[in-house]
Amino acid sequence: MLIDYGSTYTKVTAVNLPEAGLLGTASAFTTVETDVSEGLNAALAELSGQIGKITVSKTLAASSAAGGLKMVAVGLVPELTAKAASVASMGAGAKVVGTYSFELTEDDVSEIINLSPDILLLTGGTDGGNKKCILHNAKMLSEVQCNFPIIVAGNRNCSGEIKKILSGHGVYLCENVMPAIGSLNIEPVRQLIREIFLERIVFAKGLKGVLMPTPSAVLTAAELLSNGYGEVSGLGNLLLVDVGGATTDVYSTGSGEPSRADVVLRGLPEPRSKRTVEGDLGMRYSAAGIVEATSAKRVSELSGLAEEAVFERVDYLTHNPSELAQSDNESQLDFALAALAIETATLRHAGSIEEVYTAAGRTYVQFGKDLTQTKSLILTGGSLIHSAKQTELSKFALCSDNFPESLRPRKADLLIDEEYILAAMGLLSTHAPCVALKLMLEHLTYRRL
Amino acid sequence: MSKGKLILGVIGADVHAVGNKILFHAFTDAGFDVTNLGVMVSQEEFIAAAIETDADAIIVSSLYGHGELDCRGMRDKCIESGLDGILMYVGGNIVVGKQPFEDVEKRFKAMGFDRVFPPGSTPEDAIESLTDDLAK
Repeated sequence: MLIDYGSTYTKVTAVNLPEAGLLGTASAFTTVETDVSEGLNAALAELSGQIGKITVSKTLAASSAAGGLKMVAVGLVPELTAKAASVASMGAGAKVVGTYSFELTEDDVSEIINLSPDILLLTGGTDGGNKKCILHNAKMLSEVQCNFPIIVAGNRNCSGEIKKILSGHGVYLCENVMPAIGSLNIEPVRQLIREIFLERIVFAKGLKGVLMPTPSAVLTAAELLSNGYGEVSGLGNLLLVDVGGATTDVYSTGSGEPSRADVVLRGLPEPRSKRTVEGDLGMRYSAAGIVEATSAKRVSELSGLAEEAVFERVDYLTHNPSELAQSDNESQLDFALAALAIETATLRHAGSIEEVYTAAGRTYVQFGKDLTQTKSLILTGGSLIHSAKQTELSKFALCSDNFPESLRPRKADLLIDEEYILAAMGLLSTHAPCVALKLMLEHLTYRRL
Repeated sequence: MSKGKLILGVIGADVHAVGNKILFHAFTDAGFDVTNLGVMVSQEEFIAAAIETDADAIIVSSLYGHGELDCRGMRDKCIESGLDGILMYVGGNIVVGKQPFEDVEKRFKAMGFDRVFPPGSTPEDAIESLTDDLAK
């Protein structure tokens, strides 16, 4: 039995392991205010209504309920260690509620306390590099009461001193996220975040048996689906978009190195398995963010609604997040919101290329990941799974003439997570990767674009 | 023990990669701890790397003649970024055409570079200067 305590719905997925079969899925409202087991029991009752009573031999769970895993990332230079810290946190399935660079001020520290993150990631300086900033920041944090654990993953030459400064706080030392300029080392931090999540946070939130945050389960599923397992080959590099009510998550696998020879790569290296989360793009809580990030004019064009009607409905949706589209007009607006969430989130996730004229002729500079050769696009999230226009929506994730500089996939096949099983399969892959892979390949609905 | 931490790169829209590689190997062999940013490096990238690594010197190459435009204002940005007093060298074909080197050197020194290397300088010249300047 695989359980996903989502922020809105608790989803259950039953799998028959010996026969490698999917028995059924069901969901019910998450009941985090009272006791999560109420929502879980409702979902389980619904499931046994569908498939009859089953004996459960093992239960695994993931959670993004109770605010998910909230993290604050602290680094030195915004586009170097601060970015590396934020990339590492997102890769571990966290929601980064704040990113800070350079020396923290008193105001910054009280802002961090108010954000009350589940974990703070303190970085800064390459190994052997800058010490002053991270030492200052550790001192600033030591002077206040932090009731969250602090991971220290900065310049290794001062980790001992930082441990002393922060003694009395929950401190975990880890390898540097950026040991040298141009090298990103996020795996140890990802691992440690997962351990702390298991050890402290799951317990504190009353989520028994939870193994990992939901986004981390989805990323695990994406990695498995991309790489394959044993003799079963995977899909190769893929791009996965999950449009939720509050956020839009994008995952990609592959090195993202330039696909052409005349390109110079610049900026921080990118992780092979990359996750970004857009807190301002969502179908309900963050619907207004989509209009802000694009324009009311575009939402109006795509939905066929007048701009005023767009504003009115978006405002309504923000305050009534459980609302489902009933009329044609309402479905049209949902389509426009989903399309623009996909477009904006993939544009932010994918790398970009710039044409530069030099004395030696024309050359190209690439920032971020080149996903142009990615061959599979996967869509998940309630709004996409239930949309009647999935093929049309998927085009908003691909390369387009409107954004020629963006390195999104040129041509990809579409797979839709219609039964909403990705997070469950990510969980299952920790115990039976073979079965998880087989079930994903069988149950994702394939569409050639 | 490292003789000092250097940030190395070719500034601006300049793709001359060979000299950059030679300098990287020469400086590394001479005992410096070198962060090589490669070609087409912006002023901001030099500065960001220098902050994170707590570098002792920034070594700027320019081979395509636009060095004067590319380097302008870099010292000011270093000061603003808290890199007061960081050593800055520049070398290569840093200006267009044949100009008296004394004039060129004067202009780049006025921009805040500590040393300016004319075309034909060898890596050893820079290593010698670095060893002297960092010992101060």
